[in-house]
Amino acid sequence: MAVSSPSVLSPSTSTPAAPAKRRRRKVDWRAVGAFTLLTAPVVIGLGVFKYVAIAWSFLLSFNDARGTISLGKWIGFDNYTFLLSDPAFRDSLLIIALFTVFIVPVTFVASLALAVLVNSIRRGRAFFRTVFLIPGAVSYVVAALVWKMALFNGLPSGVANVIGGLFGADPVAWLSETSPPVYWVAVVTLRLWLQVGLYMILFLAGLQAISPSLYEAGELDGTSKWQAFRYITLPQLRNTSVAVLLLILIAAFQAFDEFYNLFGTGLSGTATAPVKPPLVYLYDSALGDQNYGVGSAGAFLLTVIIVAITLLQGKFVGFGKKD
Amino acid sequence: MAVLTAKAPAKVRERRPAGWSRMPKYALATVLVLIFLLPFYIMVRNALMTRAQVASPEWSWLPDPLSWVNFGDLFADASVPMAHALLNSFVIAIITAPVGTMFGSMAGYALARINVPGRRAVFTYVLVTLMIPQSVTFVPTFVVVGAMGGVNTEWGIIAPNLFSAFTVILFRNFYLRFPAEIEEAGRLDGLGYLGVYRRLVLPNSGSMIASLGALMFIESWNSFLWPLVIGQDPSSWTAQIALSTFLTAQTINLPALFAGALVTIAPLVAMFLVAQRFIVRGIAASGMKE
Repeated sequence: MAVSSPSVLSPSTSTPAAPAKRRRRKVDWRAVGAFTLLTAPVVIGLGVFKYVAIAWSFLLSFNDARGTISLGKWIGFDNYTFLLSDPAFRDSLLIIALFTVFIVPVTFVASLALAVLVNSIRRGRAFFRTVFLIPGAVSYVVAALVWKMALFNGLPSGVANVIGGLFGADPVAWLSETSPPVYWVAVVTLRLWLQVGLYMILFLAGLQAISPSLYEAGELDGTSKWQAFRYITLPQLRNTSVAVLLLILIAAFQAFDEFYNLFGTGLSGTATAPVKPPLVYLYDSALGDQNYGVGSAGAFLLTVIIVAITLLQGKFVGFGKKD
Repeated sequence: MAVLTAKAPAKVRERRPAGWSRMPKYALATVLVLIFLLPFYIMVRNALMTRAQVASPEWSWLPDPLSWVNFGDLFADASVPMAHALLNSFVIAIITAPVGTMFGSMAGYALARINVPGRRAVFTYVLVTLMIPQSVTFVPTFVVVGAMGGVNTEWGIIAPNLFSAFTVILFRNFYLRFPAEIEEAGRLDGLGYLGVYRRLVLPNSGSMIASLGALMFIESWNSFLWPLVIGQDPSSWTAQIALSTFLTAQTINLPALFAGALVTIAPLVAMFLVAQRFIVRGIAASGMKE
């Protein structure tokens, strides 16, 4: 009614007025109220614990904030230059880069292979899937405990050495041996055991979404099993593969728990390898030395590095490409 | 000749009974099962040994006799309040999982189904936080929670984990595919937006809530870095922190340590086996966990 009456009186002015009125009438205040109520917890929570936290910490990274979390002593880029010139920080970046180079391809191939194996099993598939998945319920702390105190404890009765002994190998001091750095075996197998089942589930979901008719068509053309895998399975798993790669990569950069517990504070009397990835370094400077300025600066440097590499990798493997 | 030798094995393989060709596959899977279960076996074995047996240079498959005393030792150690730490972990997870899932469902539903101006902006606001690597934010979050007086408190451990952008996005995707007829029927019956959500949408989101709730529970129970950062006082230790402290103590009671590991994973493994259906669905839907 409100719209029709002015149009009758003056048709010339009604055209610009009508859309404005219609738009205003479209605001359903009950919908806005419900929307606000439902999203409020998350919007406020993320606001306080992410946005405010990061803004505050960003300012703190330009302050001399030793033993305090309040702003006050502006020192410019000193925290950043300190970090970049600290050999321990650069070592930590090198360690995480090496770790990533080991863990990403190994986890990717292992979880894909496991998924293909489980998928091709008819009888007892649920049993195998469960067994491979169950380590995913175990924490890094518990896994680190088992790895450090039983599997790779370096004693002749340690499981790795017992198994090695069956093949005539001498006992190895797995975690304290730095040349060659055999501790990587412990670090990589630990994460592999914990995570491979989770990524296997993602690949299994992807495998089950592939239409069987593709394989039937391939069989008619006389493709071998390997060709079917190479030319049907892999391309069909492209989106899953990209997602899994990204997840493994991001998880690798954020490694903390196992390094802290395997190497953080060694047993008294045992020299463990000084392996400190960036998050352990950050923990030591922020919580150990109470230097929140350096800790904040480190958090930002790492965030920039991780986001850059994620985007780069995304670009490299075609993340965001729709097929 | 070359042609013949190439063809012959293929024919033989075809003629062989199907069961035999799968043997290597099952053999491989079985070997892998043994490898995957090895750490669990080690945990049980060491938890039931005496201290002398564990330290012995001789390998033995089974503890003889079984020494159950380690579980008592675990809780008797005055320097590590294990019982209290387990209680803390339980309280934290039992609050974090349902409340966090609920918040995720609410925001996810609003973002998927309530069309208001500014919805895209709110969605972007949530999405952007996904870009920031989770664990790197422990310093900023410590700064804020510290300023709010949350150090060494349970709420300090719980609060930041109640708001998960990932959970919101997954719920949004779930609700985008939600049948619209249910909501329309509710609206015809005179229900408002909140009424439709509470009476019709929520009761029909059971599987998604179960799957993300289970994953959040696992994540909360197993989390280490944040509780380590914010709960430095033994009274606010979680089970993971207590175990870690045990691991680096001056004199280690190894069998008790393994008993502690068992006690810590037992509830989760049990839950995992019971809720597996939902957990698998949740992982497949999200690929999350960390």
